[in-house]
Amino acid sequence: MPTDVEEWKADIYGTDIREHIERFAEEGWQSIPEDERDAWFERFKWYGLYHQRAGQESYFMMRIGTPNGVLDPGQLRVVGEVAREYATGPVDNPEFGDSWVDFTTRQSIQLHWIKVEDIVDVWDALESAGLSTVQACGDSWRNIVGCPVAGKDEHEHVNALETVKDFQREFKENDRYENMPRKWKVAVTGCREGCGQGDINDLAFEPATKDGVKGYNVRVGGGLARNEPRLARDIDVFVPFEKAAKVADGMSALFEEYGNREDRYSARIKFLVDEWGAETVRETLQAEFVDFELQTAGEGFRDSYSYNSGRENDGHDDHVGVHPQADGKHYVGLNVLVGRMGTEDVLELADLAETYGSGEVRLTQRQNVIVTDVPDEDLNDFLAEDLLVDYEPEPSPFMRGSIACTGTEFCSLSIVETKNRMVRYARHLRDNVSLPDEVEDFHVHLSGCTASCAQPQIADVSLRGMKTRKDGEPVEAFDLGLGGGLGENPRFADWVGERIPADEVPGAIANLVETYKAEREGSETFRDFVEARDEEELEALVDPEETSYEDPMMHNTKRTWYPYADDDDMAASPAPTAADGTPLDQDGDDAAPADD
Amino acid sequence: MATQLRVLDDGAWVSVDNRRQVATTDIWPFAVTDFCDCSIAFVLLEAFTSVGVDGREVVVDGVGQCVDCGTKDTFSGLGVGRVLDGSFRAYPSGDVRSFSEPTLGE
Repeated sequence: MPTDVEEWKADIYGTDIREHIERFAEEGWQSIPEDERDAWFERFKWYGLYHQRAGQESYFMMRIGTPNGVLDPGQLRVVGEVAREYATGPVDNPEFGDSWVDFTTRQSIQLHWIKVEDIVDVWDALESAGLSTVQACGDSWRNIVGCPVAGKDEHEHVNALETVKDFQREFKENDRYENMPRKWKVAVTGCREGCGQGDINDLAFEPATKDGVKGYNVRVGGGLARNEPRLARDIDVFVPFEKAAKVADGMSALFEEYGNREDRYSARIKFLVDEWGAETVRETLQAEFVDFELQTAGEGFRDSYSYNSGRENDGHDDHVGVHPQADGKHYVGLNVLVGRMGTEDVLELADLAETYGSGEVRLTQRQNVIVTDVPDEDLNDFLAEDLLVDYEPEPSPFMRGSIACTGTEFCSLSIVETKNRMVRYARHLRDNVSLPDEVEDFHVHLSGCTASCAQPQIADVSLRGMKTRKDGEPVEAFDLGLGGGLGENPRFADWVGERIPADEVPGAIANLVETYKAEREGSETFRDFVEARDEEELEALVDPEETSYEDPMMHNTKRTWYPYADDDDMAASPAPTAADGTPLDQDGDDAAPADD
Repeated sequence: MATQLRVLDDGAWVSVDNRRQVATTDIWPFAVTDFCDCSIAFVLLEAFTSVGVDGREVVVDGVGQCVDCGTKDTFSGLGVGRVLDGSFRAYPSGDVRSFSEPTLGE
């Protein structure tokens, strides 16, 4: 039996949704029929709009898809201007003020507190700059990711940005794949360092050579969500650079045809690959979805993959810092802690990118930003700019390695508060814990739930939202994993610590680091150190304790209307509100507890 | 009009009449359900898999974990609220409510 979502999609989906959103924008929040809101909000996702969580009714998160994380000159300024005008909520965030921009792990941008009445104006502003929210969410081709310096990188095998643009034009700017069984995440990597993170995507194109021809090897069925992480499986296919879109088309059609539309929990293609095996995927692709003979896999570069690997090597582990481009200019990667940048800083960054570079800015899967095209003669002046004090090109490993998802601040799925907590963790660790001098990378990925938007399974220290009881009271907590990473031999973290109260996590990490420093062999990385120990030994290393770190968000933040409001009780929420933020009267009191 | 019930957000919420009403992330005490060895199992609801009605009571199936001992299991038939006069009244999650406790397994 088709799910509700499939029935809603069959009724109205894809580009047909737009006219309805435009009507709701014209007529206001209350024009969205109350008995159809679940359906409409599911459809809104196709246009990059998520209705925020309970307690924040009438406000939306808007996601802007920036293919491969590339913001052309001028686009970041428009994003900042839109955020300043439209992405402000009823109260401030204590760390980030009244408006900000989030850079995501899929090289996209998220704005919060968007009112339905403003959506058309926001679209007008974004689209006039060549930006789009189309298919940023929903059951379709999501934002295409890749090495963020594609086309600029001196380590490049093929210019994957050209492939990304082909895919964008072929599959995302039209209705060809507007209704897939589930989300469809594609990565295209052209560099030799694995920066596209193809292993955790539904469909991955990885650099390779076959018989002297450059192109891609293809992997299928990676993903991290739902406690069911999978690495993308090798389907033994090489495709020449020029034909990549044909294989992408074929695999998309295969998923559209054979993906599960009756159970959304098992709908991602990773489960189909589990069921069929890689060989059958290849055979079906060949027999039914491409009109040319598939070649077997070519020679790839996985043995040189360094990105997010946790290994000692000469390649990039991230893109923070100053690096040479192939054209003799430089790109400068700036650390954006948890990917969130205040709006005024965004506008300042747009100015600096125009002053010192080409105006182009790029986003990375580690939630950071890159200013490209900085000439040698301007580099020192750029590095001396005040903005780079906060967004450092040479940060502490704890600031540099921190990733966090949206969390209960806005997300319906999360179990715990995330971004502000990760900011506090990183600052505490920077100020109180020292790593060996030569260690530049120490990745802590904090995700609020098993959806794994912060990619917790591929970090040195993995944190996943949980609950426990402390002194008899329910408190926010984390499961803790160790030893995940990508690279030549990707590996998911071992979950060796369970239900650690949130205020004891910094102590647990500090104790881990102390043991690492005391017991490591030579220049062993933390990942190597973890892999040299069995699960029982690792469990013994996890020693949570209270420290000077204080956590103001131990209560059930999902049951607040906004975790940082002075009065955060659900009953104090101003939502839903009219276009100008004035609270609207709610009918009835069905949110009240039952009298048992 | 019939009450609309559905699971939303990848199992994170139960929607009643198009409003998110019951969340995972709350901890429910199970006093009579033999969920684990704890005298009272304090169970974090991790995901809802389905929602339905039993008389006037709204009941859910899902997955939970005892936050004291870590036992994880599926359950069915946990009462989470009632529909009274056409509107939904959620039960407070922190109270023991033995008649509304679930059975194990789905």
